[in-house]
Amino acid sequence: MSASLFGIELSYWQVTSLRSLGILAAVLLPAGTFVYLFLFKMVSFMQSRLGPMEAGPFGSMQLLAEVGKFLQKEDIVPERADAKLFKLAPYLVVSTVLLVYLAVPFGPEMTFVSNFDGGIFYVLAVSSISALGVLLAGWSSANKYSLIGGLRAAGQLIAYELPMVLAVIGVVIQAGTLNMQGIVMAQASGSIFGFDGFGNPFFLTQIIAFVIFMIAVQAELGQTPFDMPIAESELVTGYITEYSGLRFLLFFIGEFASAGAFAAVAATLFLGGWAVPAAWADLDSAIFNLLGPLIMLTKMLILGGLIFFIRFTFPRFREDQLQKLAWTVLIPISLANILVTTILKVAF
Amino acid sequence: MTALTERQQLAYANAQAADGRVNLEFETDEGMTLNMGPQHPATHGTLRIVLKLDGEQVISCEPIMGYMHRGYEKLVEVRTYPQVTTLVNRIDWLGSFANEVPFILAAEKLMDIEAPPRAQWIRTILFELSRISNISLFVGDMALHIGAISAAFYAFRDREYVLNQIEAATGGRFHPNFDRIGGLKDDLPKGWIADTKATMNKIRDFCDEMETLVEGNEIFQTRTRGIGVIPADVALAYGMSGANLRASGVDWDLRRDEPVGLAWNECDWNVITHPDGDSFARFWVRLQEIRESTRIVDQLLDGLPAGPIMAKVPRIIKVPEGEAWVATENPLGEMGYYVVSKGGLGPFRVKIRTASFNNIAVIPWVTRGVYVPDVVTILASLYFILGDIDR
Repeated sequence: MSASLFGIELSYWQVTSLRSLGILAAVLLPAGTFVYLFLFKMVSFMQSRLGPMEAGPFGSMQLLAEVGKFLQKEDIVPERADAKLFKLAPYLVVSTVLLVYLAVPFGPEMTFVSNFDGGIFYVLAVSSISALGVLLAGWSSANKYSLIGGLRAAGQLIAYELPMVLAVIGVVIQAGTLNMQGIVMAQASGSIFGFDGFGNPFFLTQIIAFVIFMIAVQAELGQTPFDMPIAESELVTGYITEYSGLRFLLFFIGEFASAGAFAAVAATLFLGGWAVPAAWADLDSAIFNLLGPLIMLTKMLILGGLIFFIRFTFPRFREDQLQKLAWTVLIPISLANILVTTILKVAF
Repeated sequence: MTALTERQQLAYANAQAADGRVNLEFETDEGMTLNMGPQHPATHGTLRIVLKLDGEQVISCEPIMGYMHRGYEKLVEVRTYPQVTTLVNRIDWLGSFANEVPFILAAEKLMDIEAPPRAQWIRTILFELSRISNISLFVGDMALHIGAISAAFYAFRDREYVLNQIEAATGGRFHPNFDRIGGLKDDLPKGWIADTKATMNKIRDFCDEMETLVEGNEIFQTRTRGIGVIPADVALAYGMSGANLRASGVDWDLRRDEPVGLAWNECDWNVITHPDGDSFARFWVRLQEIRESTRIVDQLLDGLPAGPIMAKVPRIIKVPEGEAWVATENPLGEMGYYVVSKGGLGPFRVKIRTASFNNIAVIPWVTRGVYVPDVVTILASLYFILGDIDR
């Protein structure tokens, strides 16, 4: 297999290494941007303070300083901990994020697995693996706070995987495909009641699914108001209580990279992904391999901003209240949404 | 004695049900013991709470204190009267000026002198300012414990304005050490009255902001309404005081009921009560009390009498033999000093009654059968300062 990039023929290994680098960039770049832009700056302005200002202009190098700090820290494994699982857990969490990005298209040819027919199904499936890492971390830390945090995370995941999947089904029905690239195309070339000036971004026609998906993302990521697995004021820091140094850093990257990953998935499903409406430009042209990632990043930043804005505004639910919200409110609404979508799909 | 509301009766029934469960659980010896503290974010200090859990439900709960005992009652015995204020400042470190006042009043009572009116009015103003600085931090702290981070920063920001005013008048932000037997150290600085009035407006804005941001939030209400209900008679039986008691519907405020010579009677303000006795009520009562305090300060500033700020007091203060008890309504509740004098330079014995010590005694009663997150809510809403418990 060979491919060409800007007219240069590349062999298989070159394409593969480029794609691997691309995945790493896709994971770390949004994660870093999210941390700096939202965790450091937006939140600081929300809370009437400046945030980091010393490292680099406007504290832009703060992230590097933080990483350097964590790398220098002592690597502690608690005496009673199950050392193997304890060490494995953070890698499991981070690798999940990498797996999610595999199926997300960033341009007409900017995908790791091109034309992946089960795309969104695969994304939803692998995104739940991180909960396994969290559960492992909670169990193996030999700490009661960690254990409670890990169990809360597991309960939360089971409760919120369902509304998320059900919300996505509405999109899938409307797009008529599970292929992420197909969903992007369906939005770019779609039309709302015959008007195709800006395609059919599904957050307009699937607004209920969009809201439910974003709520489920908030819960899946463990961000406030659903941050019970961490819950600083109750559980110290939940399942990451015992972690320090590099492993804590991995959890930290995992948290923000998966925020990026879910923002990317949500952008693909609801905001039209890497594409602009087909009426505006020829989407097959090679320039979209370059523009696509930038468009995607912009949309991810919008959604990421939403996620973190909510995180730093709301108080936290209690675990049973969260379950009640998921099972008695979100799931019935998303089921109704599927029903309505199906009827309208058949009718039009 | 106020009649029990429906919600309070429900809490009684729940508590009795939980009691039955406790006995059962102790016999089978099941469950997990969770040590909250002495190092834990929710106990803001070194309070240790031993929870016996079934899953996340609390079977029994035992607060253990004394990790920060500094022995003030003993330390006071080896100091002269003017030196004591420096120490007692540190009991409730967020409302420090309010700690000095009852001790000074007790000493004045023994010496049978009275501070001139201007000094008493300024004392009252500073007392209320320290109440505002104390309780505005509570408002942010409660939101923080329920998970809303931003509100805590707003609380710190707006509390700063009040601290600036306290600093401008007394020279100390946290520990003014400003009260003297017979009056005050200094008069108010120039321009302070206008600045303080502007600050009171800012604090009222802060209350509005908190009402929309925290109190009006649905998640905050689901987390606090009906959580940690303390019926009025239980609150009285445990000797609770201050806003915790008023939130249970007991109309009791020492500022109105036992005015000890300060100027609260000179102005128009209300004692805030709430019938529910739950965490939300405690939050609401405190927030409204900030508003009332700003009203008190405004009125006192308007009618501030002229005159000296110091009564005629001998250079070397010797307190005649006798015993005196003075209690005031401090930010956390009733705080009193029982001073025994043998005629020396310093007190022979001082018993300090602090509010938080009694307020947290109700924790085992109120946390039975709730979940771990609710324990944090209840702790935050009871609002204790560690120095005020252990002293």
